[in-house]
Amino acid sequence: MSAVKTRTMSTIKDIVRPYVSMFRIQFIGQLQYRAAAWAGISTQFFFGFVFVMMYSAFYGGEAVVVGVPSLQMIISYQWLKQAFLMMVVLWSQDSDLLNQIVSGHVAYSLCRPVDLYSLWASRLFANRVARCALRFAPVLILAFLLPAPYGMIPPPNFGSGLLFIVSLLLGSLVAVGMSMFVYVLTFVTMSREGARLLIGASADFATGLIIPIPLMPDWLQRALALTPFPYVADLPFRIYAGDIAGAAAGAAMGVQAFWVITLGITGWLAFRAVLRRTVVQGG
Amino acid sequence: MITLNGIRKSFKVAKRKPGAKAALAAMFHREYNIVNAVDGVSFDIPDGEIVGYIGPNGAGKSTSIKVMSGILIPDEGTCTVAGLTPWTDRKRLARRIGAVFGQRTQLWWDVPIIDSFDLLRDIYRTPQDEYKRSRDRLVDALDIGAFINTPLRQVSLGQRMRAELAASLLHSPDILFLDEPTIGLDAVSKLAVRQFIREINAERGVTVLLTTHDMHDIEALTDHIILIGKGRILYNGTMSAVKSSKTAEGLPVEEIVAGLYKEHGL
Repeated sequence: MSAVKTRTMSTIKDIVRPYVSMFRIQFIGQLQYRAAAWAGISTQFFFGFVFVMMYSAFYGGEAVVVGVPSLQMIISYQWLKQAFLMMVVLWSQDSDLLNQIVSGHVAYSLCRPVDLYSLWASRLFANRVARCALRFAPVLILAFLLPAPYGMIPPPNFGSGLLFIVSLLLGSLVAVGMSMFVYVLTFVTMSREGARLLIGASADFATGLIIPIPLMPDWLQRALALTPFPYVADLPFRIYAGDIAGAAAGAAMGVQAFWVITLGITGWLAFRAVLRRTVVQGG
Repeated sequence: MITLNGIRKSFKVAKRKPGAKAALAAMFHREYNIVNAVDGVSFDIPDGEIVGYIGPNGAGKSTSIKVMSGILIPDEGTCTVAGLTPWTDRKRLARRIGAVFGQRTQLWWDVPIIDSFDLLRDIYRTPQDEYKRSRDRLVDALDIGAFINTPLRQVSLGQRMRAELAASLLHSPDILFLDEPTIGLDAVSKLAVRQFIREINAERGVTVLLTTHDMHDIEALTDHIILIGKGRILYNGTMSAVKSSKTAEGLPVEEIVAGLYKEHGL
């Protein structure tokens, strides 16, 4: 029995080996961009501060306004957004992969005995985790040091904090699943910027990174709830703030997992379809 | 063994007429030209041979190599490489072939070369001991030990090309496609690359299909050449036969080949 188990384990290990390895090399590669990280940290701190001041002004010095979330929640939401931006934004894509498609370098990747969709998806996930790993701590530390009401407060309990981390990782995977369509479209349009800008600009709004989703009109919130967008960043941030907790959080994360799987399957099929009709450019 | 039989592949290329009016019209209705990139190509390459695959730019060399490596599906014709049909068995074939495209890189720009090698090990799912043996042999033969821990962006072009060659052979393929492996290299690096190609062919019996514009590469490595032009095979035979023909007597090799192109209207 245990021999069978060991064999199954080693087969699984063998199957995932290329993708884990891709994650690792990309992670290490990204960690070398320290200057970009420092620039990112200062930008993010600056923008965080601007947004926090702006929302404080909207609330007119009132901590609680009837019908909308508390100022403290919105401020935490803003700082989380700045700290974990690279995990969730959709305009951040891998320009090297886009170049590979447009220039035809992708030919090399097609000569490999691996599933290219999975390989690229693990690479995108590594980019997000690595870029974020370099940036989030300084932003969070500064945000916690700021005096109330501008600073950030810890989650209401340990459980919310833990669920937040899981949900953030799932949210980042939803972002990866949506991002893969940028590459699918790039195979069709052969333009480096088109698909990235198209998806990036609309997604910034729909994910709640411009205006927090809880501040949007009800009808818009209801419409967005049917799409994967609120499951990228809005859900984890609200779980952190304790706005969604307990069974509701569990159910919402179930939907999040559903989106990860659905986007993965549809993206994989779309990717396969464009590869079939691909003409690798050049001679 | 590589066999191509009547391979045909055409591409649709959108026609562009000059002027704003034509550009506007193209938004609604586009006209296409059909370009026959390869137009009925057939040849055999026996195991363990080195073949020089030559022809002017745009002759169809890369397209046929892409067909042989399973990247492109031809419109017509059959092809077997190592007993497999490339486009239906792409992943299985990938383990049997290696490829170096001189103007492109398969190594990671930002990480030490050794890390790229390790990633390739995992991509090909090569067992560690086998990988280590293969890697040590290649590092030794191509003399890359001195810079294997350096990120790719910091090594010279000659060093990079040696690393690329090693990378394409880590999984011990039987067949190697080399697309302009000496492009832009200095004399010393060129000689090293040629010497190495000779070695792997002689010692391990690797079949090599070499595309190049540098006729000295061909002269140094093989007598068997296949000339392709406008998507068709124009000559399949020995370089020495071409050289000893009357018109070629005493001319440098570059001029002989230019003469060949001219003769076929290329």
